[in-house]
Amino acid sequence: MDMAVVELSRLQFALTAMYHFLFVPLTLGLSFLLVIMESIYVMTGREIWRTITRFWGKLFGINFVLGVATGLTMEFEFGTNWSYFSHYVGDIFGAPLAIEGLMAFFLEATFVGLMFFGWDKLSKVGHLAVTFLVALGSNLSALWILIANGWMQNPVGARFNPETMRMEVTDFYSVLFNPVAQAKFVHTVSAGYVAASIFVMGVSAWYLLKGKWTNIARRSMMVAAAFGLASSLSVVVLGDESGYALTDNQKMKLAAIEAMWHTEPAPAGLSIFGIPDMDAQETHWEVKVPYVLGLISTRSLTGEVMGINELVLKADERIRSGIHAYDAVEKLKVNRRDLAAREVFERYKADLGYAMLLKRHVADPRQATDQQILLAARDTIPNVPVMFWLFRIMAGLGFFFIGFFALAFFCASVCQFNKRWFLKLAVAIMPLPWIAIEFGWMLAEIGRQPWAVEGVLPTFLAASSLSVGQIWTTIIGFTLLYGALAVIEVRLMIAMIRKGPVEHHELDAPRGAAGYAPLPAE
Amino acid sequence: MEIPLDYETLRVIWWGLMGTLLIGFALTDGYDLGVASLMPFIGRTDEERRMAINAIAPHWEGHQVWFILGGGAIFAAWPFVYAVSFSGFYLAMFLVLAALILRPVAFKYRSKHADTGWRARWDWALFIGGFVPALVFGVAVGNVLQGAPFRLDSDLRSFYEGSLLDLFSPFALLTGLLSVAMIVMHGAGFLAVKIEDGPVLDRARKIGSVAAMLSVALFAAGGFWVASGAMGFRLDAVVDTGGPSNPLFVKSVAAPGAWLENYGRHGWMLVAPVLGLAGPLIALLGIRRRSHVLNLAGSSLATVGIIATVGLSMFPYILPSSIDPQSSLTVWNASSSHLTLWIMLVVTVIFLPIVLAYTAWVMKVLFGRITLRDVRTNPDFY
Repeated sequence: MDMAVVELSRLQFALTAMYHFLFVPLTLGLSFLLVIMESIYVMTGREIWRTITRFWGKLFGINFVLGVATGLTMEFEFGTNWSYFSHYVGDIFGAPLAIEGLMAFFLEATFVGLMFFGWDKLSKVGHLAVTFLVALGSNLSALWILIANGWMQNPVGARFNPETMRMEVTDFYSVLFNPVAQAKFVHTVSAGYVAASIFVMGVSAWYLLKGKWTNIARRSMMVAAAFGLASSLSVVVLGDESGYALTDNQKMKLAAIEAMWHTEPAPAGLSIFGIPDMDAQETHWEVKVPYVLGLISTRSLTGEVMGINELVLKADERIRSGIHAYDAVEKLKVNRRDLAAREVFERYKADLGYAMLLKRHVADPRQATDQQILLAARDTIPNVPVMFWLFRIMAGLGFFFIGFFALAFFCASVCQFNKRWFLKLAVAIMPLPWIAIEFGWMLAEIGRQPWAVEGVLPTFLAASSLSVGQIWTTIIGFTLLYGALAVIEVRLMIAMIRKGPVEHHELDAPRGAAGYAPLPAE
Repeated sequence: MEIPLDYETLRVIWWGLMGTLLIGFALTDGYDLGVASLMPFIGRTDEERRMAINAIAPHWEGHQVWFILGGGAIFAAWPFVYAVSFSGFYLAMFLVLAALILRPVAFKYRSKHADTGWRARWDWALFIGGFVPALVFGVAVGNVLQGAPFRLDSDLRSFYEGSLLDLFSPFALLTGLLSVAMIVMHGAGFLAVKIEDGPVLDRARKIGSVAAMLSVALFAAGGFWVASGAMGFRLDAVVDTGGPSNPLFVKSVAAPGAWLENYGRHGWMLVAPVLGLAGPLIALLGIRRRSHVLNLAGSSLATVGIIATVGLSMFPYILPSSIDPQSSLTVWNASSSHLTLWIMLVVTVIFLPIVLAYTAWVMKVLFGRITLRDVRTNPDFY
């Protein structure tokens, strides 16, 4: 395997996925905010809430379109750039993606057109139902994608079939109710709700600072503050740490986040600060809070949190055991009906993926030396300093958002959003949720390395057999296209925000014969 | 768990469902691709072009899901096909994705400024977003019929030995143009039922009749080419149709002329090519008689017939290999496991009718012709 192809494929996937996920959080959160705003309109019947809903709906639309367009790339990138992954786990991984299309994306995409174009064709309640279906569809979509991603972190309900040289599903129920996937879903959509709330707060605060559209801004802010407070609590309290005790890789991820080189007596302490050093295998200037990590990650006082070095020793053992499975698979390739090989395979199959880690250091894992096995075992350590800091920034921001929304709530009841310093703060922090969200994804995916699918398929074996030139072509192509679209999108958003909820002016004007306000074409 | 249907049956059902999804994509997203390809020609003024754009504006998002679902379903049911074809046709796939990304953005963003230059640029973006995918899909089908240059090793990892330009062989160019003609005919047929009487409708009818004539001619030419050319593959031994999905277990050879053998064995399959030829003629008849419904029905039947012809001619092949026939992917060796096919069938049987029901409902709510008046007055229009 050409490592340049693997690294470039990772770079392209990271670029396209992170770009896609600039738009997704706003879709997830703003869709539900629209439901709340439109519900208030339907219940109170006050026109201003219709204007509010339609205004945020327009911003939603500009954002939604790029989420959909860049999502296309994601659906096909497994096949184009990770074709061995697609073959190897497609039997399990393809299903949630297909179900996502059928159950969620169809719902969201079919109704979003009606949401924009159906204002005059549907009853009030009918239109609210359509808006709700869009929100439901986009959130269900996230559920299925996270079931797929959760399976890569914790591949349950499947086994390797030597006859087809791939993983096949044995228990679909456990794929669906994978605890890692469930935790990830709640964590991810809550993060989207926080991002959307901060977005609405920021734009509204800007209007209040300018003294424009204050009726609309104040009301929008109220809704966003309430929704944001609940979401920011959910994102931290229901963080996806609950899955960190499940597999060796998840344990390694936790140990790397904490830069915990050795297993500590239970309950382990939580580092607040430190400078992790990969070579010396220690953390300098570490500041620790006793007991907290053990409590969070094992939910007990006696559960042990394993350290990095102990996990490497365990990986070493699993690689040695996996070599037996690998040997058996090679024999079964020659003779499908070799019963002895079949028996050996059944005994060692859980560690087959670990033997494949050796392919980075030796062509035939069966010829590996002790030195190579140790190297492969050490490959299971992700980049510790990166993990350590990504987590601290993400989690720090999470706590900051709780504080911010608590303040907003206080402000709403005491000062009616009149304090300029608060409004300026609300505008200034608008990019922060996106930083936290992107860091969260980096944490999850960098932390899973060296695996594409934990314990099953190493990333360096998962890529397609492409040339470096081909991948550079598409990386440059996507960068130019996405870059141009990002510039256009941001400009349009700003233009739309500057223009404001113009319809507000027309509320008192007589409506045209066909039921349309006499507006100039957009 | 006992699976109520055997593996062979499920494989055939999923082969049919894959075809259904591709046809569903061509029928629905074909409107949008066709109308987008027509963008520089259909309207003289901005308002005329906006009529065409707003005819598809509320629907394209839903239609595009057929493409996404097609990708997802091939991944879930035919992982080999997903892995081999998309990595093999790598740069062609990138062209399609880039064009399809441009298309929705153009719909949405074009209307945000009244500036003529801005709008003209997005019109060309729309044209690329319609024409390029239509052409590349057709070229890809031509390559699938001829066989793609890939081989599988003993780990079943695929290696592709061809370049982007190799895809554009003369036969593949012919199928590419057929695809463009078919989609333009269908897009023009859609506009004919969706736009009020006037110059735009007249142009749609004129372009539609040219596209329909081209469709018949190119489809017939393609048929002769397949009949006379060195195309076709055959399974060489008795095949275990319920066996494990491993192409290396099944002996496959190149067999020129084999793509026509199915019609000799199963006469009913001739329905597909007959529809492929009759559909465009029905559309022409509709255009002549000013029956827009007949026009759209004809273009829809043509789409079904042409795509089904490709699938039925090749059955059981899905993606043959031109350099190593042994690696060819067929219905019997490239599917997911028995259990996955079953689970996905249950999910599809439950959800596809629901999808069709609400799609129809949305179409009904938004039913009616787009008028110049709408374009001038409706604040929600693009």
